[in-house]
Amino acid sequence: MNATLNAVTAFINTEADMLDFQDYQAWLDLWDEDGSYVVPIDTETEDYANSLNFAYDNATMRRLRVNRLISGEAVSTQTTPKTVRAPSRFRILSDADGVVTVRCAQLLSENRHGNLRTYPSDVTYKLRREGEGFRMVEKVVRLLNADHHLSSIGYIL
Amino acid sequence: MTENHTCRRNVPDVDITGLVQEDRVHSTLYSDPTIFQAELDKVFNNTWVWVGHESEVPDTGSYKTAHIGKQPVIVSRDRKGEIHVLLNRCRHRAATVCEGKRGKTRSFVCPYHGWGYALDGELRAIPKADEYDGVLEKQDFPLVRVRHETYNGMIFATLKADMIPLTDFLGGAKKWMDLFMKQGGGYPIKVLGDHRFRFPGNWKIQLENTTDAYHFPVVHKSFVSSLDAQTSQVFDFLDGDGFVEDLGNGHSVMVMIPELVDLEDNLDAPIPDRFKDFAAELAKEGKDEAEIKRLVRAVGGSGFNLNLFPNVACSMAFFRVLRPISVEETEIHHVAIGGDGAPAAFNQLRMRLHEHFQGPMGFGTPDDAEAWERVQKGSYAGPDEWILVNRGQSKLKTSADGNVAGAVCSETGMRAAYRKYLAMMTA
Repeated sequence: MNATLNAVTAFINTEADMLDFQDYQAWLDLWDEDGSYVVPIDTETEDYANSLNFAYDNATMRRLRVNRLISGEAVSTQTTPKTVRAPSRFRILSDADGVVTVRCAQLLSENRHGNLRTYPSDVTYKLRREGEGFRMVEKVVRLLNADHHLSSIGYIL
Repeated sequence: MTENHTCRRNVPDVDITGLVQEDRVHSTLYSDPTIFQAELDKVFNNTWVWVGHESEVPDTGSYKTAHIGKQPVIVSRDRKGEIHVLLNRCRHRAATVCEGKRGKTRSFVCPYHGWGYALDGELRAIPKADEYDGVLEKQDFPLVRVRHETYNGMIFATLKADMIPLTDFLGGAKKWMDLFMKQGGGYPIKVLGDHRFRFPGNWKIQLENTTDAYHFPVVHKSFVSSLDAQTSQVFDFLDGDGFVEDLGNGHSVMVMIPELVDLEDNLDAPIPDRFKDFAAELAKEGKDEAEIKRLVRAVGGSGFNLNLFPNVACSMAFFRVLRPISVEETEIHHVAIGGDGAPAAFNQLRMRLHEHFQGPMGFGTPDDAEAWERVQKGSYAGPDEWILVNRGQSKLKTSADGNVAGAVCSETGMRAAYRKYLAMMTA
């Protein structure tokens, strides 16, 4: 179990680093082709398809989201050039049929127009074992304030 | 039963005459806190304000919370199926009796001393009532009921006791509300959820934006780039036959895609490539061709934005609600809608399209919010600078309905809103 915990922790830390340092192509490559990236509004639901979410991306939408971030066409992506996120509090919820489900806390800070803002969230990953590593099958970011108002978010949580 | 509880305390004596002209408005309208205070009273407490859609309170015990300006209200449905709009404050010591966006309850109980109110606002329970013997009668202290009326599912409330009937207030906008509600694809419109976000700017910046087609290809370039060729053509509307029409009372409509004004027209048109998978899914569910064509035509929403002064718009495929927080902060709700009882695939696709553009993580909204924030920041520059709303002023025509109209990217709708605003602020 310790080896698995170490492995998923390393994987998630690497993913966080890719997003903070805008290594988006590498981030896209972490995904299973059928994987889902979800930022729900209703933090209780698991029926994302029949709910309105902040983001509910399949592979196509993930690619489009990345294109938007790097194209330079979206003014909102230019004003948050940097995020710093710290995943922690890792716990493995299940490990069966080659898929590890792990939950962690994520403290993410942004600096937009000189204003520091923090978005704390619980993040649950479903990671499919592949060779020595993993593929992301699902990443669900449950923001602490998902049920309230946010500000615009011009990056990937 | 309606009482006049218009809040008239601390209303500053503000004279904005001269700050709103036909072709320009003064920058201080975005940043002067005394003007903002006056707006809450003279605009928001003095007209019909949108508080919800009937589908948000579908059953006995359903409720949602909303605001009239800064005043918190509850929209509830009682045991007889009647809708009520109630001030969200206990009659004892003012604590709110209802929190959260929406839900179901049997009653509203004050958390402070336990006063309990029925769904229609009646005061039912007072703990240790004997100390009130000869002091107060329960029937005299219901939650304060706010006058409300509905049109085509939209619930509006007013704190102005002698406000004209809602249908008169909506006037020329009713035709467009009727057209807008056709996007249920043959099913009644149902709220599916909402995106909520705030931006550091004045509420009127948002009001202007919903009738501003001019910004679309600039601010939303990245959104258009994310579309397939056929769809991006649909959104290339600035040189098309669209128009903006002044509907009176501050309302206006901006038609961007004329062929999507009436979603029950042109039902024989071929299914666009981008909806072919959706059509196939409906066919798999056993829907016949007529219904498939109707649902395909409705799924992307209407080709226009209807601005209803002062706080709601029927914007292509969703309701856009603004809530003033302070002179330089505004909360926006983008309310996703679908069809009540419609095939799951229809409502799913509508939510996915909504997520694509709308909300704090959409491909459109964050860029709007960035532009609005920059407007607020820039508006502090200069000792006596103005916001221009004169675009298209020399090319006005009369619409088929006899209204003043301009090109799709004219600022006709902004001028309509500011004309009403000026009248209310100087009344």
